[in-house]
Amino acid sequence: MSDHDDDHGHDHDRPLSGPALRAKALESLLVEKGLVDPKALDELIDTYETKVGPRNGARVVARAWVDPEYKQRLLADGGGAIAELGFVGRGEDIRVLENTPGVRNLVVCTLCSCYPWPVLGLPPAWYKSAPYRSRAVSDPRGVLKELGGKVADDVEVRVWDSTAELRYLVLPERPSGTEGWTEAQLAEIVTRDAMIGVAEVAVPKGQR
Amino acid sequence: MSSAHDIGGARGMGPVEIETNEPVFHARWEARTFALVVAAGAHRKWNIDMGRHSRERMPAYSAATYYERWLYGLETLLVEQGLVTARELGTGRAEAKGDETRTLHPEQVAELLRNRLRARLPDDVPPKFRAGDRVVARNIHPAGHTRLPRYARGRQGVVERDHGVFIFPDTNAMSRDKKPQHLYSVRFAARELWGSGVSARDNVIVNLWDDHLDPA
Repeated sequence: MSDHDDDHGHDHDRPLSGPALRAKALESLLVEKGLVDPKALDELIDTYETKVGPRNGARVVARAWVDPEYKQRLLADGGGAIAELGFVGRGEDIRVLENTPGVRNLVVCTLCSCYPWPVLGLPPAWYKSAPYRSRAVSDPRGVLKELGGKVADDVEVRVWDSTAELRYLVLPERPSGTEGWTEAQLAEIVTRDAMIGVAEVAVPKGQR
Repeated sequence: MSSAHDIGGARGMGPVEIETNEPVFHARWEARTFALVVAAGAHRKWNIDMGRHSRERMPAYSAATYYERWLYGLETLLVEQGLVTARELGTGRAEAKGDETRTLHPEQVAELLRNRLRARLPDDVPPKFRAGDRVVARNIHPAGHTRLPRYARGRQGVVERDHGVFIFPDTNAMSRDKKPQHLYSVRFAARELWGSGVSARDNVIVNLWDDHLDPA
């Protein structure tokens, strides 16, 4: 994996600039040392690009909407009920937060970017950004309004700062007009943003 | 140390912008960096809290992107924990083979992701607080890692739930001391944190450990 044409000078650092070049150099070095198998990197990337993402969480939400007993288990033991659907991993607990007409839940990680990987995959850029991390705790109503969903004054907003290995998944309210829908149909309309708490689930135009 | 990462409640960071149809990675180097961090972690030379601390120590933290922080943190830990030398990192050239005993291979990836070391511990440690107790978050400003955000320090809240015994990240990051203790959800009224300009209905719930709390 290493192709070093320049074979002199162990004493001065090779000029590296830019993260892309640094990441490439680091991968080459770790592969050369036997500490990393590049095929394992491919597998890790493929896992989070194609297998583990918000569709997992959407299936959990849809199941909870159609199965009251599952919903009870989900609210009592999030990780356990989520594992029933085959989504496990990463060693953290998951707690599910139920939105109701009187309570809106919003999830953030102000100190880094903790996120429930098994059910939502890797976090989007805005969740990791300074604007969201700084404002979600101090001005959640402002953030929600900007993102298109003003919260009524008589609704409580609960912001959950993910400071531990205990991650959160918001269980959004099931929208009206979906009576009689199948679990699979319901899963289709559940969005990542609704499961973080910055949006509500809506029935798409044409399906109403 | 810098607490540039501790930004809850900071102003002037700009609007939140959601990218539609966002890809999981915006560039190949981001994907490779993500995977390198997970794969290097398989050597068990550091824990998740040391990982977070390594990124928080980045001198240009605020200006860096998420995966630039991951890359910096990984380079830092690799050298500190002796998996590569500073000279190897500088030249990009291996001077000796590493210990390949725990090197992650593709068929082990699914298992690794399923069986990450848990932060929850089986230790029998009595809780200092119960649900409903009024508590105050300690006013501490440690030089090292802490999961107690600045905005909650010195503020009063109510224990909402006791989650049982967990690793204490503040010491686990600095000296690998797990210091098993109870983890709680503590509910702070938004007005206790931000003053009278915010809704009296709203609350912020923070996960805090015994060592972060005193009776109010």
